[in-house]
Amino acid sequence: MTLLEIQDLHVGVDSREIIRGLDLMVNAGEVHAIMGPNGSGKSTLSHVIAGKPGYEVTGGQILFRGEDLLEMEPNERAAKGVFLAFQYPVEIPGVTAMNFLRTALNAQRKARGRGELSTPEFLKKIREVAGSLNITRDMLKRGVNVGFSGGEKKRNEVLQMALFEPSLCILDEIDSGLDIDALRIVASGINGLRSPERAMIVITHYQRLLHYIVPDYVHVMSKGRVVKSGGKELALELEACGYAQFETAA
Amino acid sequence: MKQVLAKADAGCATSNFLAAALGRLPGAGLVPHIRARAFEAYERAGLPHRRMEAWRYTDLRTLIGEVLPLAPRPDAAALARAKASARLVAVDQAVKLVLVDGIFAPELSDLGELENELHVQSLREVLENSATGAMAGLVLSTTDDAVISLNAAMASDGLVISIAEGNTIRRPIQIVQVATGSSVSAFTRSYLQLDKGAHATVVQSFISAEGASGYQANDVLIALAGDEASLSHLRIAADAADAVNISSGIIAVGTRAKLDLFSMTCSGSINRYQGFVTLGGEGSKLSANGVNLIKDKLHADTTIVVDHAVPHCTSRQKFRAVVDDCGRSVFQGRIVVRPVAQKTVASLSTRALLLSDQAEADNKPELEISADDVTCGHGATSGALDGNLVFYLRARGLSEKDAQMLLIKAFIGESIEEILADNLRDFVTAQAEHWLQERQ
Ligand SMILES: Nc1ncnc2c1ncn2[C@@H]1O[C@H](COP(=O)(O)OP(=O)(O)O)[C@@H](O)[C@H]1O
Ligand SMILES: [Mg+2]
Repeated sequence: MTLLEIQDLHVGVDSREIIRGLDLMVNAGEVHAIMGPNGSGKSTLSHVIAGKPGYEVTGGQILFRGEDLLEMEPNERAAKGVFLAFQYPVEIPGVTAMNFLRTALNAQRKARGRGELSTPEFLKKIREVAGSLNITRDMLKRGVNVGFSGGEKKRNEVLQMALFEPSLCILDEIDSGLDIDALRIVASGINGLRSPERAMIVITHYQRLLHYIVPDYVHVMSKGRVVKSGGKELALELEACGYAQFETAA
Repeated sequence: MKQVLAKADAGCATSNFLAAALGRLPGAGLVPHIRARAFEAYERAGLPHRRMEAWRYTDLRTLIGEVLPLAPRPDAAALARAKASARLVAVDQAVKLVLVDGIFAPELSDLGELENELHVQSLREVLENSATGAMAGLVLSTTDDAVISLNAAMASDGLVISIAEGNTIRRPIQIVQVATGSSVSAFTRSYLQLDKGAHATVVQSFISAEGASGYQANDVLIALAGDEASLSHLRIAADAADAVNISSGIIAVGTRAKLDLFSMTCSGSINRYQGFVTLGGEGSKLSANGVNLIKDKLHADTTIVVDHAVPHCTSRQKFRAVVDDCGRSVFQGRIVVRPVAQKTVASLSTRALLLSDQAEADNKPELEISADDVTCGHGATSGALDGNLVFYLRARGLSEKDAQMLLIKAFIGESIEEILADNLRDFVTAQAEHWLQERQ
């Protein structure tokens, strides 16, 4: 079943075109990797899918389960099952991680027509997912991401992904700033969430992550377009030859 | 009787009005003379205006123009309306003392529930009892601040509360000041004395009865926290949307005594709270905090002057303002450290959150430090909500309004969390949430 369908997408910021005719089709159960040099528009694409204000879609469309995603508020997209793990998760002082997770989870459950979780149910769920990601109770008592290391912030993104049970996960450079141990924890958390109903788009600059999260498809992005698509072997090719060949192609 | 107490051109030919009002104001013997002197002091200065440093952002001559005539004594109908409104703001566990249109209303107050160690009289009682003539001078003292002098001249009633040495009053004392009238003013003055080692919590709530509008409230609270005493004072101004509230707190804190102050303004049209705190005993501690929730055209000014008069005192202040619509927030924080006040620790943080393009915030911290061995710091910011934070929350399933609300709550929480007592903190939080819900 097709989850995400992007057709001839054009996106501009401040009248500068950043996504320049991008096509992508993602089915349930698939893991797609998007690779590309810095500045090629990977984060912009992820933001536009999630609904961040400030971008102007000047052409094309994005369908999610056949519905026009661009017409939806960001929270509606989340409720429909779109999840973005941010490249730079923000810190929110004064809102404890616990309060944030509960508020967000209940908002999504409500929008999906399910009841709110009771406190014991919620705590049980949190315990289940936090333990395997090495997220301590102390971290959850602090403000969202406040004082977290880069790796802790990324683990917190994966925690939310596990909690909200989205059907499309977009992971924007989830590997950046992680040492090898942290990368293993994060990757195994993500792999544990792979399922036939769920699709993932793994955005990365480096091939390294794809040793741990093995994709079904790899797309090379350059200057706002997908310039080459292939299987997982494309990532190895990129590792050997670099992005230079594609920059001229775009 | 549509008589005006002071004109925009600074109060000429208004003494007649005092003469006319005197008959309705309590106190014989020396008291009318004290009132007349206070009124002269007011007349000399007139209403404060922007060329006076302390009133730079709150020019009463243009903002209110004139002082309205004294409210009539509340009748049975007014008392019934006041009672209905007072019930809505009752703090959990508190004993209520209610002032209606500037007059103490024993029938609405919980006089039967006062703890034995708590002595309460009305100002009217005190002023009319000639044996306490000395008290009159103390209570009706003036300063060089014109609104305080005017209050001394015109005070119609208030509460005189004292707690003897070593006593702890368990239940919060809540003074509820209700306005029921329209286009009238009420002048109230209360006096609070905590003797050595006494502990008490005093809440002051300013509210209006249904239908009250365009009134002016001028209140003064004079408090003494004796040596080793501990006073927690919470003030909440929730006046009618077109009302004026000018409140002054003059508080002296003794040796190793502790004062926790919290001020919240969440409605009204013109609001000024000015607190003058003197840390006059070594080792005394002040924690002064507050939140102003401002929308429509509300102008809310919080001005705090802390005088570190002796060594080894600590003052910490955290004020937050949320400003929406065409609202205006003013915060002035002056910290004076006298030459003898070595080892002073003083901090002041003020932040304003602007929710609309027309919203305005003025922060003026002023440090006057005359001692060298001190630790003083201040910080002031104002700005909009961070769009990246709002988007992060929306991407996690919160609507835009809910995302803003969560962030605003976190912002004001920085100040509200300083309230130590759970019931008071919950009370303030509930008021703030009510304001946020109404904003939606
Ligand atoms: N908000 C923005 N304002 C202006 N330029 C932007 C903005 N966001 C991204 N860009 C520009 O768009 C291009 C793509 O950025 P980005 O999507 O972050 O790339 P990537 O994630 O692939 O490194 C860059 O040239 C960047 O400078
Ligand atoms: Mg990026």
